[in-house]
Amino acid sequence: MIRSLLLAASLVALAPAALAQTVAITGGKIVTNTAQGVIEDGTLVMRDGKIVSVGTGAPPAGATVIEAEGKWITPGLFAAFSRVGLAELNSEDPTNDTSAPGSDFQASLRAADSFNPDDTAIDVTRIEGFTRAAIVGSPANGLFGGYGALVDLSGGFQSIFARDVVMIAELGEAGAGAAGGSRSAAWHWLLTAIDDAKAYPRGFEDDGEGDLISRKEAIALKPVVEGRVPLMVEVHNASDILQLLTLRQREPRMKLVILGATEGWRVANQIAAAGVPVIVNPLTNLPDRFEILSATLENAGRLEKAGVTVAIADPNEATHNTRFILQLAGNAVANGMSWDAAFKAISSVPATLYGRTDLGVLRQGAIADVVIWNGDPLELMSSPDAVYIAGVSTPMESRQTKLRDRYLDLSEPLPQAYERQ
Amino acid sequence: MQVWKLIPLVALVSGACTTAPADTPADTAAATSHLSEPVKPMPSRVVYGADPYPSTYRPLPSDDVLIRNATVFDGLGGEIKGGAVLIQGGKITAVGSEAAMTLPAGIRTIDATGRFVTPGIIDIHSHLGVYPSPGISAHQDGNEVSGPVTAEVWAEHAIWPHDPGFTRAMAGGVTAMQILPGSANLFGGRGVIIKNVPARTAQGMKFPGAPYTLKMACGENPKRVYGYGGGRFPGSAPFSRMGNIAGYREAWQRATEYKRKWDKYNADFDAWEKKTKTPAEKADDKGPGDPPNAPDRNLELDTLMGVLNGEILVQHHCYRADEMAQVIDLSKEFGYKVSAFHHGVEAYKIADMLAKEEICGALWADWWGFKAEAYDGIRENIPMVHKAAGGCAIVHSDDANGIQRLNQEAAKALADGRKAGIDVSNAVAWTWLSRNPAKALGILDKTGTLESSKAADVVIWSGDPFSVYTRADMVFVDGAITWDRSDPARRPVVDFELGQPGEGDVK
Repeated sequence: MIRSLLLAASLVALAPAALAQTVAITGGKIVTNTAQGVIEDGTLVMRDGKIVSVGTGAPPAGATVIEAEGKWITPGLFAAFSRVGLAELNSEDPTNDTSAPGSDFQASLRAADSFNPDDTAIDVTRIEGFTRAAIVGSPANGLFGGYGALVDLSGGFQSIFARDVVMIAELGEAGAGAAGGSRSAAWHWLLTAIDDAKAYPRGFEDDGEGDLISRKEAIALKPVVEGRVPLMVEVHNASDILQLLTLRQREPRMKLVILGATEGWRVANQIAAAGVPVIVNPLTNLPDRFEILSATLENAGRLEKAGVTVAIADPNEATHNTRFILQLAGNAVANGMSWDAAFKAISSVPATLYGRTDLGVLRQGAIADVVIWNGDPLELMSSPDAVYIAGVSTPMESRQTKLRDRYLDLSEPLPQAYERQ
Repeated sequence: MQVWKLIPLVALVSGACTTAPADTPADTAAATSHLSEPVKPMPSRVVYGADPYPSTYRPLPSDDVLIRNATVFDGLGGEIKGGAVLIQGGKITAVGSEAAMTLPAGIRTIDATGRFVTPGIIDIHSHLGVYPSPGISAHQDGNEVSGPVTAEVWAEHAIWPHDPGFTRAMAGGVTAMQILPGSANLFGGRGVIIKNVPARTAQGMKFPGAPYTLKMACGENPKRVYGYGGGRFPGSAPFSRMGNIAGYREAWQRATEYKRKWDKYNADFDAWEKKTKTPAEKADDKGPGDPPNAPDRNLELDTLMGVLNGEILVQHHCYRADEMAQVIDLSKEFGYKVSAFHHGVEAYKIADMLAKEEICGALWADWWGFKAEAYDGIRENIPMVHKAAGGCAIVHSDDANGIQRLNQEAAKALADGRKAGIDVSNAVAWTWLSRNPAKALGILDKTGTLESSKAADVVIWSGDPFSVYTRADMVFVDGAITWDRSDPARRPVVDFELGQPGEGDVK
């Protein structure tokens, strides 16, 4: 049974005709993430990689109809923060491109240049309902970690669909360590780097370097200080967040995103007033560091209530278990966040965070990233039946499902090495 | 000729070391016998107490209570709809239909309509207390990396009872756990089983009557920590998986010889003691002579000998299937049993072998890929270990966050198993969370299921415990309410959190 389903899924993905077809998914509960809200017994029509219509009408004549009665239809999930495709085995340096502690370049590094579409974590993540991800490196030699990119999770060579969408940096305890030992050193570093980049090319003309950073680094930071690319700063402590927010006055052109915000609930009104979105891990509730003593499971819900734009991800589970984001969102709901906000936090909010309004939503003209689920997608025991990326049905198999199928029956006469699906 | 005065046997086996050497001076004040010679006190057998750091745990105060109208998972695999659980004197006294119970007049009741009742979750793999929050350098007490064989260290000697993680685990319905040393070493030291209750001391948490355990570790960790000396290759043995096994064998061989010496000593002492009780038959009988000398004590080998004597349960960290198979042969070579393989990311490849050897697999639902030996992790590992005839699957955490949601980890594994055609009911899946860990820890006679006369270690869940939206409403340990989501007075705040931002907040 499983084999035949998997085989069918693979064939669909390989069929070039799929793109030209009109596909209608009918009878399911459609979560649009738009003003249309949730449509019961809805019909979604897609063609040529785009969504044609979302509503309750009958499927158009000639369309390939997929009956989805009792199913949930949602936009593909969008990992707001991930390192999928950057590390095959975290502990093996040759396969791990998440950071470059030995490089003199940091801000000028680009995660897209490290992306490996053959990374086995891509299939593993996609079959859980994720169609897109922001991939972001890790600061390792200073405050900046370089540019993040956007990828689809098809595993193809053309997966990268947007480069240089965000610059990652860190403050707080980690930033203090990276900057030489104190928060004041980190803050001074950040402001000096910003000033260098703003001054570029002035100030780089004689000896080729600014006060702090090199010419290449200044060039890389220029779009950030001019507000063309957001600066994502990992920061957790309430006071550290407030200090970061002062940058809104000093550098009004710059766009900020807070990664972490574990104590964000204590300064939620200030974050909301500053209009800065956050990416939180709603399950952080241990005082594991002195900068997060007030961590609580209710952080995400409290931020939502204060009017903060909330995305959900876990930077510490960003390579192999990016799929954990689903469980994070469900738990956010269990602890006070609305279902609607929690689901948007893993789909439409990440898309808009990176300037994409054509992803994470089911509306006419949007890219047809669509997932058919066998139940509430935030529930632990639900899973996708089908995952479409830009209208193309993708294989519901991974290296893990192949290992599973190989070992499900241990009584077969030949060694497992002879068994492949 | 000497005469020995018998000392009651009970004194020989009690308490800490009774180390009366054979050359104890004569007790000249003692009464004389028919042989009219001075009587010496009977030298005691050298016995080292098995429990020198005894539990001081006492159940918290509790009321008798009837939990009624619940969906009950009894932990044995049964589900009772509209069921009741009767708790009296800290014990479970009845489970099933309320109508069939004899209820004392005026017993307190809790209406659990729409809610679920289960045995408390037992995490067989935790480092709470030895790697507490905050995870500062001063708190890194879980790995005694001074050598690859440190069977002489005991996790309980490093447990910080004020770790906030204990209370977070409580909120997740965890009523007991095994605290293990880390996996740096081939032999990491003794683990300890605790009740998840707030206490001032580790002794105040120790699970009374639970056996000791021994942590061992396979694979990459010992190689990396020793052979590669934290990045400074070459370090010291083991450098390879060959070295790992050789290191185990060398230690087990020393333990075998140590045990032989103690067995001989005890046999010799028995014989000597017997002679002291046998009256001389001939005038020239020289009597029993001096008692035998006890072997020198070795704290490391004491623990290993405890395993060989079947008193200490082996908990072996091992990822790869082939390595688990080697360890099974190792255990047979030296005559002990592995209680559970921990992490066992490839356990599904040898589920039949584990079931045959009656070894449990203590596993994650979906962790994988963080190192080479975790590369082949699959989401169906737990149900595939369960499905082998006689298979024993356990959901474990090894993590201060994961321990808070072991029911959710079980739910994921259950769903993935069903998708692969492994049909397991929700109630049977609960055995992964309480009965099976209790079995692998040797405490199944005391807890792990809802059965009459067992400890009332019980959780009331707000709904289906396999739903992401469900929370633990109330947690009972030995019948006492240790956690109540609706009552801030029953949500413990540890010392570390006092006077800090967020004190007493919902966590």
